[in-house]
Amino acid sequence: MASKIDLSKRSLMAALGASGAAAIGLSFAGGLAGCSPKPAPKDASVGEGNQLNFYNWDTYIGSNTLADFKTDTGIEVTINLFATADELFAKFKAGNPGFDVIVPPNEFVTRMSQAGMLMALDHAKIPNLKNIDPAFLNPEFDPGRKFSMPYTWSVLGIGYRKSKVKAVPDSWKYLFESEDYKGRIALLSESGDLMRLAAKYRGHSVNNIPAEMIPSLEAMLIKQKPFIKAFHDDNGQDLLLAKDVDLVMEYNGDIAQIMNEDPDIDFVVPKEGSLANSDTLCIPTGAAHPNNAHAFINYLLDAQVGADITKQILYPTPNAAAKALMPESYRSNPVIFPSKDIMAKCEFSLFEGPEKARLFEEAMTRIRAA
Amino acid sequence: MEQNWKRAKAIFATVLGPPLAWLLLFFLIPLAIVWVYSFGTNVGLTQIAFTGTFSNYARAIEPLYVGIFLKSVGVAGLTTLLCLIVGFPVALAITFAPDRLKAWLILLVMLPFWTNLLIRTYALIAVLRTEGYVNLSLGWLWTHASGLMTMVGMSPLSSFQPLELLHNNFAVVFGLVYVHLPFMVLPLYSALDRLDRSLLEASLDLGAGHVRTMLMVVVPLALPGIASGILITFIPALGAYLTPDLLGGPDSQMIANIIERQFKRANDWPFGAALSFLLMYMTFIAIALQALLAKRKTQAGS
Repeated sequence: MASKIDLSKRSLMAALGASGAAAIGLSFAGGLAGCSPKPAPKDASVGEGNQLNFYNWDTYIGSNTLADFKTDTGIEVTINLFATADELFAKFKAGNPGFDVIVPPNEFVTRMSQAGMLMALDHAKIPNLKNIDPAFLNPEFDPGRKFSMPYTWSVLGIGYRKSKVKAVPDSWKYLFESEDYKGRIALLSESGDLMRLAAKYRGHSVNNIPAEMIPSLEAMLIKQKPFIKAFHDDNGQDLLLAKDVDLVMEYNGDIAQIMNEDPDIDFVVPKEGSLANSDTLCIPTGAAHPNNAHAFINYLLDAQVGADITKQILYPTPNAAAKALMPESYRSNPVIFPSKDIMAKCEFSLFEGPEKARLFEEAMTRIRAA
Repeated sequence: MEQNWKRAKAIFATVLGPPLAWLLLFFLIPLAIVWVYSFGTNVGLTQIAFTGTFSNYARAIEPLYVGIFLKSVGVAGLTTLLCLIVGFPVALAITFAPDRLKAWLILLVMLPFWTNLLIRTYALIAVLRTEGYVNLSLGWLWTHASGLMTMVGMSPLSSFQPLELLHNNFAVVFGLVYVHLPFMVLPLYSALDRLDRSLLEASLDLGAGHVRTMLMVVVPLALPGIASGILITFIPALGAYLTPDLLGGPDSQMIANIIERQFKRANDWPFGAALSFLLMYMTFIAIALQALLAKRKTQAGS
């Protein structure tokens, strides 16, 4: 048996040499690839090179935005994608992994700034702030816009298949406390959003939910569980489009994107009001290219650039100048811009400390285990 | 040509050194850090203080989490059993296939590994969903059967109701069996292939039927292969995360999903670390049991 695995010194050395040569070949090829000619930048920023590392959600920027930015400034933007805000937070927990601009939602702006993960913005370097709708300039989650610039906003509601509902499902009741659509409902799996909306349905604000209220919300959802098909990770629009479900808790922008593909789909913000969300542009602490980052944020807030991005991602824009450049079909779309009356009942969620997050999460674990 | 390793220490060190260093640096040290986390407490949003507390473990053995552990063991056990039932005949067929076919059949078993697990799981979604390939095919057959019945003068069938194949526990077990089947077939095949054929012939010559030969001769001889197949199917199935997440319904969470949520959404790394280590201890126990069985087997054999 031993003779089978016996290796002579010579053959071993030959093997190591061969793999060594392969490694050299590889690194050489890598070097060549790295030497591809780069166009000379027109306007390099001071002392920090022409790079920028951007950490964004998927399908959340215009297809030409980054190329146009490079043509304008010479700054090469490298984009990486994250799927959930929790993933973003977990990545930054052990320090900035090398990003210059990130796109956290409202609650995480508070959370990350409290954890010292965000750099204060220099408003003098972002003159395009003037384009922003004044309603977005002093939010509770970031007073005075110290750390964040508004990029998009959105509101949770019910996306539904028109041919499968008896009437417009204009209440959270259809998702939380109704037997009308057995096995045709998908809810968000995000514990905070779910508990906050359950509280909203019960007439409470989405914020400051007392710990004593959580068991009754939990009981309501456990009771509703046999009628729920799935808890989804913000891919509810796919479930609706594929006809796996007929009612889905989802963001208006996501549903607006698929309404073009399937005219049988519509969206409603329930009459009890809802949870609004706003994704923002921030510079994380320890960013290697803060000047480029300010330039990039300012560029994204430009009216024309903002309009080009909005045409693709179809999210509501907080950029008044960009909105003015959009076609009427966008500006008067009731899915993207629900009526003022209903929006008055919607609130931003606030970060209320890790203990509250843990309570929500445990309730969710119990709901799913029940 | 035989060489004592003591006489070739340099080669031994060269060969063994890098993997050992790699293992230490990228596996054991990070694992040790997570282990330390499991005795820690959250301080603020980003810091974890090592306090030597057992509170994370105390929380992890609350009925809620024990229930989820048990459910995960149940799902993994069922998966392993189904893999064994499906995999054994497959391994047997490959063993008795003509030699030139064998390599191709083994390749077919391993073929799914060439595609990423995530892609394969999404493919399963496309197959199982309400308007997926299974339901579309069944619907097509149903409508045509219905049409045929009307032609021969019978009343048509009621309209086709798509089967609920996705977003439930069935889908999770189905997906896990699909993913883990190669892990079962390969060790079974290697055990069965080494089997001394003359023993089978002897058994058949001496009057035992095929079933009896299978149960009394083949299975006992292949037992080590069966045991290792069970082990390497059960352990990854127990820690399955992607499959229950993508294919499961409202109640299909397994322990790995809970652990993932502690590290992300709940931002409670110490608790997540405690749950991970409980899962790891269970794995160690499974391995120890298998080793114990194997030892008893060799002792009984000698």
